[in-house]
Amino acid sequence: MPFARRMIVERRGWLSEAEFLDVLSLSQFLPGPNVVNVSIIVGRRFQGAAGAVAACAGLLLMPLVIVLSLATLYAHVSQIEAVRGACRAVSASASGLIVATALKLARPLRTASWKLVICATAFVGIALLRIPLLWMLAGLCPVSIALGWWKRA
Amino acid sequence: MISPLLLEIALQFFVLSLLSIGGANAVIPEIQRRVVETHHWMTDEDFAQLFALSQAAPGPNVLIVSLVGWKVAGVLGGVVAMLAMSGPSSLLTYAVAHAWERWRDAPWRIAIQRGLAPVTAGLLLSSGYILARAADHSWTAYAITGATLLLALITRLHPLWLLGVAALSGALGWV
Repeated sequence: MPFARRMIVERRGWLSEAEFLDVLSLSQFLPGPNVVNVSIIVGRRFQGAAGAVAACAGLLLMPLVIVLSLATLYAHVSQIEAVRGACRAVSASASGLIVATALKLARPLRTASWKLVICATAFVGIALLRIPLLWMLAGLCPVSIALGWWKRA
Repeated sequence: MISPLLLEIALQFFVLSLLSIGGANAVIPEIQRRVVETHHWMTDEDFAQLFALSQAAPGPNVLIVSLVGWKVAGVLGGVVAMLAMSGPSSLLTYAVAHAWERWRDAPWRIAIQRGLAPVTAGLLLSSGYILARAADHSWTAYAITGATLLLALITRLHPLWLLGVAALSGALGWV
């Protein structure tokens, strides 16, 4: 995402900083991969449906080719102990990164106890009880949005 | 001839696409639940390794989806998974983005946004937990998870540095 921002705002000047933040917040809030949503919105704004398709394809095509090539390569070398070790360590490190991102997102929730309760409920339901996401969202989102409405003052 | 396996992959990620509030990383627990626990397409360790690959490769974090598809049904599986994961949500975004911008300051939109933020944070915390559980089988692995978490919180180091140092320690046989 930082690369997308640099490209859209700084290099090409397609959007201003404020416009980009707007597009980003909308993308994060709608379902789907965030950066794909950004590409759809920006592509559409400039060239309609064709722009959206072009932006999305441009965004995903090269990374897809690279990652699938890497995966194929990896399948060939995955028996080497050093490679397996490196991969185990990267998995461990990457999970730490995700927890860090989550904690940064959770930090502003401290201001309201209902937000902490919702966050904790989602964690217990999904991570510990392994409740299917669909049920969890169906149960939790209406409550959370209602609270967001009720406590908006 | 389209194989039933490819259709199954497409169906799984089609549904996930519309459930992925908070982006690809927020649906990691659900992907893991479906591909490891329900379908037994791979082990927990395989899943953790694919995630590691997706983080180390350049590109958006949704790439994990294509790696899962690849593991189950080869390169075609990877492409199908990616299309299925991006398609439905992109159509939705395309359809509502305009109207949504018009209602930017509407109180109900702000309520939805405020309401979804804690849900998203909880989902992302779950992702970290599920991945750590899949990846960490030794005290050194736990130490790496902990050290990365700490460094990511208190420094502004680029994540690739952290992953790189971890990879090195793993290649040397410490993990």
